[in-house]
Amino acid sequence: MLQDKDRIFTNLYGFQDWGLKAAQQRGDWDNTKALIARGHDDIIEEMKTSGLRGRGGAGFPTGLKWSFMPKESKDGRPSFLVINADESEPGSCKDREIIRHDPHKLIEGALVAGYAMRARAAYIYIRGEYIREAEVLQEAVNQAYDQGLIGRNACGSGYDFDVFVHRGAGAYICGEETAMIESLEGKKGQPRLKPPFPAGAGLYGCPTTVNNVESIAVVPTILRRGGSWFASFGRENNHGTKLFQISGHVERPCVVEEALSIPFGELIEKHCGGIIGGKDNLLAVIPGGSSVPLVPAEQIWDAPMDFDGLKDLGSGLGTAGVIVMDKSTDIVRAISRISYFYKHESCGQCTPCREGTGWMWRMMERLRVGDAAVEEIDMLHQVTKQVEGHTICALGDAAAWPIQGLIRHFRPELERRIEEHNAKFAEAAE
Amino acid sequence: MADRSPAPDTPELRERWGGFEFTEAYRERADMAIARYPEGRQRSAVMPLLDLAQRQVGEETDTQGWLPLPVIEYVADYLDMPVIRVLEVATFYFMYNLVPVGKYHVQVCGTTPCMLRGSDALLETCAKRGMRKGHVSEDGLWTLTEVECMGNCATAPMVQINDDNYEDLTPERLNAVLDALAAGEKPKPGTQEPGRHTSEPAGGPTTLKEMVDANHDYRSEW
Repeated sequence: MLQDKDRIFTNLYGFQDWGLKAAQQRGDWDNTKALIARGHDDIIEEMKTSGLRGRGGAGFPTGLKWSFMPKESKDGRPSFLVINADESEPGSCKDREIIRHDPHKLIEGALVAGYAMRARAAYIYIRGEYIREAEVLQEAVNQAYDQGLIGRNACGSGYDFDVFVHRGAGAYICGEETAMIESLEGKKGQPRLKPPFPAGAGLYGCPTTVNNVESIAVVPTILRRGGSWFASFGRENNHGTKLFQISGHVERPCVVEEALSIPFGELIEKHCGGIIGGKDNLLAVIPGGSSVPLVPAEQIWDAPMDFDGLKDLGSGLGTAGVIVMDKSTDIVRAISRISYFYKHESCGQCTPCREGTGWMWRMMERLRVGDAAVEEIDMLHQVTKQVEGHTICALGDAAAWPIQGLIRHFRPELERRIEEHNAKFAEAAE
Repeated sequence: MADRSPAPDTPELRERWGGFEFTEAYRERADMAIARYPEGRQRSAVMPLLDLAQRQVGEETDTQGWLPLPVIEYVADYLDMPVIRVLEVATFYFMYNLVPVGKYHVQVCGTTPCMLRGSDALLETCAKRGMRKGHVSEDGLWTLTEVECMGNCATAPMVQINDDNYEDLTPERLNAVLDALAAGEKPKPGTQEPGRHTSEPAGGPTTLKEMVDANHDYRSEW
């Protein structure tokens, strides 16, 4: 088990003050100037050594992403770092804890990461519903400005770097990086076609990198302790510590920092008091936030909770928002509610998603009560395949996958409901 | 998708809101928001300005606030933007209310993680108190909305009322919160589970126990 001394977010639960002084006592902003003095390329190399993969869901290597940013501006355009705090994926609630309890880790990370990629400023895009959290973050940014930690000659490093907080207003799609950029520019959050990629033309047409809150907030600690320290946790290609968020049918839901690759069973038993009603009462788990397909109980228990381990099960780590469902769950309704979520959050730009999410949800609602023909299960599956991969952004995929997972693992349950429903009507007709 | 339209443009609406202007305090906050973006990019501030406008309307009407068309036009004018571009933003993002709401906007999260922990019962509780989705209650106190995931999954089920979250709810705990609000009190936001601080496992953390009582510095153990 991960030891407390190796946990990065020591004030995760907010038992202590989030303010600058307390954060400094815990080790934040400790000679940040020296971190910056290591130079742009050295920082990026250290991040590559750490094996950190993006914590927002896609798992792209963070150091590599930074290296796509231009080394010099040939035409005078500045570069930007955009920090994705639009945490809206059902099951995810980690960035909220970082922002309201350890905001200085994020701000220090913004400076160091921004320097490494030669950015002029960072915009932290925080979801609109995190109202109190945004207040804390803005206050923490003000504290950092007051002490000269950011702004002109940040930390006495000779580097000028600004950090701005931008509040969203209730649109899940703005968590998609190009939608976030559109939204920052004051428009509807509708994703852009790629290419051009943000590293070439992002915010205001300038080179931009979008990183998740957790990816940025771990940077200062990784640099202080070394990339190899971070890489010592987790399996090959799945390194580091990670905030897991466990919700649903466990005795004690919580957010907890653990080493990647911890087996699911261990995570639940150690921190959550086990499944409600015991291990045998587990039905299925959505291991990475609502977008990833569910995994049935018999496959998940010993599975390593990391990118590749869950991919092998036909699912994914996503944001590590672990939604646990016991045998009392109406599994069709649970997935149908997710379908409703995607219908609600589709931006309406691409036809397969705009029309498909509504169609899939209505079909799921019929399957929930069995008011369907057995062939319609295959038809639904076919429609999910027509949405998946045919939209500008991944929301279409995210709407399709949970349904595909349900059909893959719970087809007998769907058929049972249809038979039961049809039998009832046959009886009534007699 | 967001399929929303603004409240009808009537003479009464013009009469009531045609003269809307930011107060000095709100103007100061609006100008601070605009200053966060590069010169010539003031359009980026449209989201914070709509939020501020909604809040000022809220103060003037003793509700959470909403965005009448003349107010949207005022924001467009303030930022030198075509009205349609502001209207697009106002209708796209769900936190902008396009119709009047009550003093308290009760937003019950109904997405799967909250559903698994009992959000159905919370919606029932609201219904029993006479709230209906999308309607202002007769006494003007409540507007009920079922919202999508609010990111409090480890302390589910939850409700956001205006600016505060109430988490780890049961029907009894929600009733207590609503009663307190109705009585003009300020109930404690956050988790309503006795003894729980935030998102640690209920009953006490399984990690970082030193942090409970002191601001522990782990660096000496590195």
